Amino acid sequence: MTSNELYSGDREFRPRLTLRRQLGALFGILSTIAIVVGLTTLAVLITDVVRDGWHVISWDFLTSYPSRRPEQAGILSALVGTTYILVLVAVIAFPLGVAAALYLEEFAPKNRLTALIEINISNLAAVPSIVYGLLGLGVFVRTFMLGRSLIAGALTLSLLVLPIIIVASREALRAIPPSIREAGLALGASPWQTVRHFVLPAAFPGILTGTILALARAIGETAPLITIGALTYVAFLPGSIFDPFTVLPIQIFNWVSRPQPAFHERAAGGIIVLLVVLLCFNAAAIFLRARLQRKIRF
Amino acid sequence: MPEWALTGYNPRAGSNSLLAGGLVVAARCDVSSESSVAPPLTAENRRQQLEQILTASRRQDRIRQGRETTILAILFLAALVSIATTIGIIYTLSIETFHFFQRVSIIEFLTDTQWTPLFADKHFGIWPLLVGTLIVSTIAMLVSLPLGLLAAIGLSEYAPPRLARIVKPVLEILAGVPTVVYGYFALLFVTPLLQRFIPQLEVFNALSAGLVMGFMILPLVASLSEDAMRAVPMSLREGAYALGATRLEVVWRVVVPSSLSGIVAAFILAVSRAVGETMIVAIAMGQVPRLTFNPLVAMQAMTSYIVQVSLGDTPHGTLEYQTIFAVGATLFVITMTLNLLSYRFLKRFREVYE
Repeated sequence: MTSNELYSGDREFRPRLTLRRQLGALFGILSTIAIVVGLTTLAVLITDVVRDGWHVISWDFLTSYPSRRPEQAGILSALVGTTYILVLVAVIAFPLGVAAALYLEEFAPKNRLTALIEINISNLAAVPSIVYGLLGLGVFVRTFMLGRSLIAGALTLSLLVLPIIIVASREALRAIPPSIREAGLALGASPWQTVRHFVLPAAFPGILTGTILALARAIGETAPLITIGALTYVAFLPGSIFDPFTVLPIQIFNWVSRPQPAFHERAAGGIIVLLVVLLCFNAAAIFLRARLQRKIRF
Repeated sequence: MPEWALTGYNPRAGSNSLLAGGLVVAARCDVSSESSVAPPLTAENRRQQLEQILTASRRQDRIRQGRETTILAILFLAALVSIATTIGIIYTLSIETFHFFQRVSIIEFLTDTQWTPLFADKHFGIWPLLVGTLIVSTIAMLVSLPLGLLAAIGLSEYAPPRLARIVKPVLEILAGVPTVVYGYFALLFVTPLLQRFIPQLEVFNALSAGLVMGFMILPLVASLSEDAMRAVPMSLREGAYALGATRLEVVWRVVVPSSLSGIVAAFILAVSRAVGETMIVAIAMGQVPRLTFNPLVAMQAMTSYIVQVSLGDTPHGTLEYQTIFAVGATLFVITMTLNLLSYRFLKRFREVYE
C-alpha cells in the first residue's frame, strides 16, 4: 500500500531538480554573456577610437582651424563653439527647468492642466532630437529671424534638454521630506520662502547633478544643429551670439564623411577630445552625487 | 504633495502668525516703556500701539502675498514652456507639411515607390525612406531586445546587488556616448570587420548601422526593464520559491509576467529611439533612397534624408525645404504614437504595483 502510493506519487510528480537547476545555471550564464557583450562593446569602441586618433592629439590640433589639408586641420573653432553653446544652454535651460520643476513639484494643483503638462514633458523627452532641429529651423531661424546663429542653436538645444532637467530636478525635490517644508511653514514662512530657503538649498546638489548630465547630452548632440544649419566648415571664431558657428560633433561628422583616411584620424582625435570633455562632466556629476549622499541624511 | 501646496497660499495663516509676533513685540515695548520714561499707560494707548503694529504687518503681509503670486505666476509660465514646445513642434511641422501637400498630392506621398526630390525627375513616395528606417530599426531591436532583457534579468535577479550597482552605471555609459561616435564606429570599425565575413557587404549598409544602434539602445532596454523587475514585490518571488520553484522559474513565470507591461513600455520606447536615431544612419547607412529589404546595401532612413538636405543650402520656401518637414512630420507622428503607447503601458504597470 505504502509502496504503491509512493510509486504513483513518483509518476505524477517528478521534480527533475537537477535538470531545472542546470537550465537555471545556463540561463544565468546567458545573461552574464549579455552583460559582458555590452561592456565589451564599450571597451572595443573606446580602444578603437583611441588607437585611431591618439597620435593626432597635440596642442596644434586643439588650437588650429579646420583645413583642407588633413595634417593641418584642428578643432579650435569647434571647441570654442561647443563652449559657447554650453554656456548659453546652461544660462537658458537651467533657470527654466528648475522653475518648471518647482512649480510642478511644490505648487501645482492636482488638475487636468498639471496632468497634461506632466504627460507632455515625458513625451517631449522621447521626441527625436532631429524634430527639435526642425522646430528650431522653423521657429528660431525663420520666424524669429535669428539666422543660423549661436543663439538659435542654443535655444534649440535648451528646449531639447529642458525635459531632462525638469525630470531630474523634480526627483531631487521629491527626495526632500515634507517635514522640512512643514518646519518652514511652522516658523511663519510663506510657501515661496519655505521653498526658497529650506527646500531648494537641500535639493540643490541633486538638481545640479541632473543639469550637468543634461548639459553633457547637449554637447554630444549633432542632428538638431545640422538641421538648423550650423556650418560644417568654420575658419573663424564667433564674435557675438548672432554669428554662425560649429560644434565638436559636427566637426567630427564632417571629417568622418570625407573619404580620405587622414581625415578619419582627425575625426578620431576629435572624438577623443569630446569623450574626455563628457567624462569630466560625468565625473563632476558622480562626485556631486556622492557628496550629496554623504552630507545630507534625512 | 503636501496639502498646503495644493491649497496655495493661505493669507489668514500668515496674518495669524504675524499677529502672534506683533503681540510679543507689543508686550516687549510695554516692559521697556515701563522701566524707562513711563508714558501714561492707558488702555487706549495700548490699543493704538497694537493696532499700529498690526496694520503694518498686514501691509507687509499683502506685499508678501503679492510677491508670492508673482513668483508663482513666473514658475507656472516656466512649466508652460513645455506645452509651448509641443505646440511649436506641431505648428511648424504641420504648416510646412500643409504647403508641401498643396504641391504634391498625399496619395503620391503614400503610394509612390520612389523618393527622388533632389533629382530632375522628382518622385515623392515616402516608402523607400520608411522601409530604410524600418529595416535599420528592426536590426537594432533584434540586437537590443534579447540582450537588453537578458542583461536586465541578470542584473536584477542573478547578480549580487553590489555588483549590479557597479555594472549598471558602466553599462549606461553606452547610452551617454554621443551618436556621432557610434556612426564613426559603425562605418570605420564594424563595417570593415563584417566585410571579412560578408564580402558583398557595401561600404554603406543597414546591417552595421543597425547592429551598432542596437548596442546604443541596449542600456535603455536593460535599465528600464530592470527597474520594472525590481518593482515587482519581493513577496511574489518568495511565494514562488516557497512552492519549490527554481530561480529560473521564478524569473520566467513570476517576475517577467508581473513586470510585463513595464518591459513592453521599455521595448516600445526603444523602438521609438531607434526610429528617431539620426547620426548613425546618416554616417554609416548611406544616402541612397531605394525600396529594398536587403540590409547589405546602402539605403536611406528618414532622419538621414533630413540631414542630407540640411547640409546643402536649401532656400526657404522651396519644395526641397518643405520635404524635410513632411518627412519630419511622418517621423514625429510615428514616434509620438509609440511614446504614448509606451506611456500607457507604463501607467498600467505603475497602477498595479506603486
